[in-house]
Amino acid sequence: MNILLAILVLGSIAAIFGALLGFASVRFKVDADPIVDQLDALLPQTQCGQCGYPGCKPYAQAVSEGEAINKCAPGGEDTIKKIADLMGVEVQPLDDSHATGDTPKSNRPKVAFVIEEDCIGCTKCIQACPVDAIIGAAKQMHTIIIDECTGCDLCVAPCPVDCIEMRELPDTIHNWQWDLTSIPVKQLD
Amino acid sequence: MVESVIERITRGRFWDFHGGIHPPEQKFLTKNKPIKQLALPKQLIIPLQQHIGREGDLLVSIGDHVLKGQALTLSTNPMVVPIHAPTSGVISAIKMSVIAHPSGLSQLCVFLDVDGEDTWRKREVCPDLAQLSNHEIIEKIADAGIAGMGGAGFPTHIKANSKADIKFLIINGAECEPYITSDDLLMMEQSNAIVDGIKILDRLLTPTVILIGIEDNKPKAIQALQQATKTIDKIKVCVVPTKYPTGGEKQLVQILTGQEVKSGRLPIHDGIVMQNIATCFAINEAVRHDTPLIRRVVTVTGQALKKPQNVWALLGTPVNFLLEQCDVENINNEKQPVIMGGPMMGFSVSSELVPIVKTSNCILVPSKTEMPSAFEKESKEVECIRCGQCSDVCPSQLLPQELQWSAKAKDYSQLEKLNLRDCIDCGACAYVCPSQIPLVHYYRIAKAEIRQQQQLDLKAEKAKIRFEARKLRLEKEKIARQEKHKKAAAARKAAMNKATPEAEGAKSAVAAALARVKAKKASKEQTSTADSPSNSSADNVDDQKSQVAAAIARAKAKKKLKEVSSDKPITNSETVNSVAEVEATSTQQTSPEDKKAKIAAAVARAKAKKLSKSTETTDKASANEEITEEISVQKTVNSDDKKAKIAAAIAKAKAKKLKNTASISDGEKQSDDAPIQNTVNADDKKAKVAAAIAKAKSKALSKANAKTAAEEKVEASENDNNGDVLPDGATDKKAKIAAAIAKAKAKKKLKETNAVEENNQDGV
Repeated sequence: MNILLAILVLGSIAAIFGALLGFASVRFKVDADPIVDQLDALLPQTQCGQCGYPGCKPYAQAVSEGEAINKCAPGGEDTIKKIADLMGVEVQPLDDSHATGDTPKSNRPKVAFVIEEDCIGCTKCIQACPVDAIIGAAKQMHTIIIDECTGCDLCVAPCPVDCIEMRELPDTIHNWQWDLTSIPVKQLD
Repeated sequence: MVESVIERITRGRFWDFHGGIHPPEQKFLTKNKPIKQLALPKQLIIPLQQHIGREGDLLVSIGDHVLKGQALTLSTNPMVVPIHAPTSGVISAIKMSVIAHPSGLSQLCVFLDVDGEDTWRKREVCPDLAQLSNHEIIEKIADAGIAGMGGAGFPTHIKANSKADIKFLIINGAECEPYITSDDLLMMEQSNAIVDGIKILDRLLTPTVILIGIEDNKPKAIQALQQATKTIDKIKVCVVPTKYPTGGEKQLVQILTGQEVKSGRLPIHDGIVMQNIATCFAINEAVRHDTPLIRRVVTVTGQALKKPQNVWALLGTPVNFLLEQCDVENINNEKQPVIMGGPMMGFSVSSELVPIVKTSNCILVPSKTEMPSAFEKESKEVECIRCGQCSDVCPSQLLPQELQWSAKAKDYSQLEKLNLRDCIDCGACAYVCPSQIPLVHYYRIAKAEIRQQQQLDLKAEKAKIRFEARKLRLEKEKIARQEKHKKAAAARKAAMNKATPEAEGAKSAVAAALARVKAKKASKEQTSTADSPSNSSADNVDDQKSQVAAAIARAKAKKKLKEVSSDKPITNSETVNSVAEVEATSTQQTSPEDKKAKIAAAVARAKAKKLSKSTETTDKASANEEITEEISVQKTVNSDDKKAKIAAAIAKAKAKKLKNTASISDGEKQSDDAPIQNTVNADDKKAKVAAAIAKAKSKALSKANAKTAAEEKVEASENDNNGDVLPDGATDKKAKIAAAIAKAKAKKKLKETNAVEENNQDGV
């Protein structure tokens, strides 16, 4: 009799919790995969496509599905480290095949610059820009909106007259950072 | 609540803030000497931006003579504060120069060569403030370029224009940092002017009570202010105990009112406005005497100086001029540090040419015994011993050692949690640290990096939005395009299927087009046969012929129009004839290959244009010559495509030559036929040489890359056409485009050769 009672009690508890869990899974269902959004937030949003995906979001999606985390060249080591933390995997060095040729000497942000006297107004760079940061029309000189440029490099290759180059943003007091080397600070271990 | 505060203040009992330190004051160096008026420096360097916010638009240019007090920039935005010429002189340069900033970076500065006259612009002294509206007063403050002179440099007119219900107006005369005595001296010497300035602020802000906070180490200043405010009940001079950093905004608010301004809030949110003593003085000057902010009191101090003292320095005075005036002892010593601001919060200036700006209150030149740390390159930092003294002295009640660890580990989220942004950079923690850790430096780096990261995040967010928007737009455009094509196709079909005469016409047109295509094929098969079997093919050829003829006729008409004044009708008729001949030849040639015909037409047109340009000077002989040339050209055209291209080049070269001769002989009259003919003949020779060169070139090109040559040919003919149609002004552009194309081709070739080389290497 006691055994029967125990089975009954445990069985009913199991049924109640099962129903609760079932309800919760329907009621609080999350549509989007939040990990993708979190990954997307870590990526630099240059939309450069150097990872082999058409934009940052698709790469975030791919990473969440097991793609290598070391394909984001503009994000560099910092981004890889953050993704590794989020995904709980080992930090890997940046994949060489996705790096932009020579390793940047400084991590100062770069923006595209149109050498205006050479521009023939072919609009090819405008079509290439993922963030619509180039203005101009056919047979009119084009120019870059520096504030909108993500420095993704995609406009450089399509230019038939090589009039776009990547330039480092100048140091101003607005983007200047205190430098450990300029003040007498000793690094301790 | 306000009443209880006032009651407490009248009893002389104040609150206290957490922490604080008592560093050696060192104010005796400059405290007892009057503010010195300096001679005019030779040159002033005036940075466009001297405050928090943005720089204004320049109003002057190099070489302009400006008067004292004349505005140099224009304010277009409330966060922009204008700057003014501190004395009269000539603008010698407007360029980048090192400014008073810890980075030692350059910013745009106006260089003013002082003329020594010190001539004022016209000033409108306002004797009676009652006539002015509040709005006018605020405008005057804004136009005078006043920004907070205590250190931060916040635009004063924004603070003075607060709409909020103000309970307390606090005048900050604490001057808690060691060495600095500029406000002290100003209060002693100009107490009445300061009180007048406070009255103006009183009128604008209508606070319940006005509190002047002064540390008790300034007895003379306290006395002077008490004297000046004796008759005004609303203003209370509050003597607070000396402690660093009493002069911090939130700290002074807490001392005087007992209210703690919460993290992330400003005193204005709690109905409190704070102004600096020097700012009050500047407000009075601006509103009453129409004097913009062009000078300030600067404490030039330190034991490396023989005569440390307070001076009235014009804004833009280079630091080295001030040091000279105060007899610096070892000015030649490279290592001598010069600190702008006080010893706790100041920074070393990187150049002696750094100018005084609106926020610089002190220049400190310490001797080696006085401040050995400033002379050392290496930091004496050792490990943190977790003594906790730093958190005892922190006026913001933060945990400096925790912050330090997180800052070193670059753990910015942890720093946020520890409220790093409430740190006021006062340096109290670093002052007491027994391990000599430069804590504030770590915080500054971390703060800058957090700010940078925030900016990057904002930018990334913006880029994402723009990327999404672009994707959406492209998608829409694609759908719209497909839709359009579908509709057009449907419309065409519908029109075809209708039994209307138009539809019949359309059908027949299609049929005709098909027939034409067939005919083309047929005519290609039997090139030279004059009696072509199908009528429609003949029609087709005729069509092309007529087109060419039309072009030639157009050219002729043009030429005729220009040659109306010509007194040689025979020439005209002959030219016409010749053109007719050309027509004949060209039409004959068109039938085999229409490409050729097109080229021929282009050449003919070029020639027609050239003829029309050499209007009256072109005599019969030259015209005839041209005709023969033309015919020869035609012949060459016939041979094959390559030759056609060469011919075009020759024609071009000739056209150029002829144009030149035409312009030369323009001056001469037509009666001198012989000499012209000679020149023309000579030109003919030249043209032949040019043609040879062109031929050689084109041959080489065509050998190099047959595909490129084909492209070039098309382009060349295109260019010819364009050249004819476009006006002369467009030739420039054309040349540019041609150059660009050439460049592109060169690039491509280079790439190709590179690739080939690489392949070869790989093969090896």
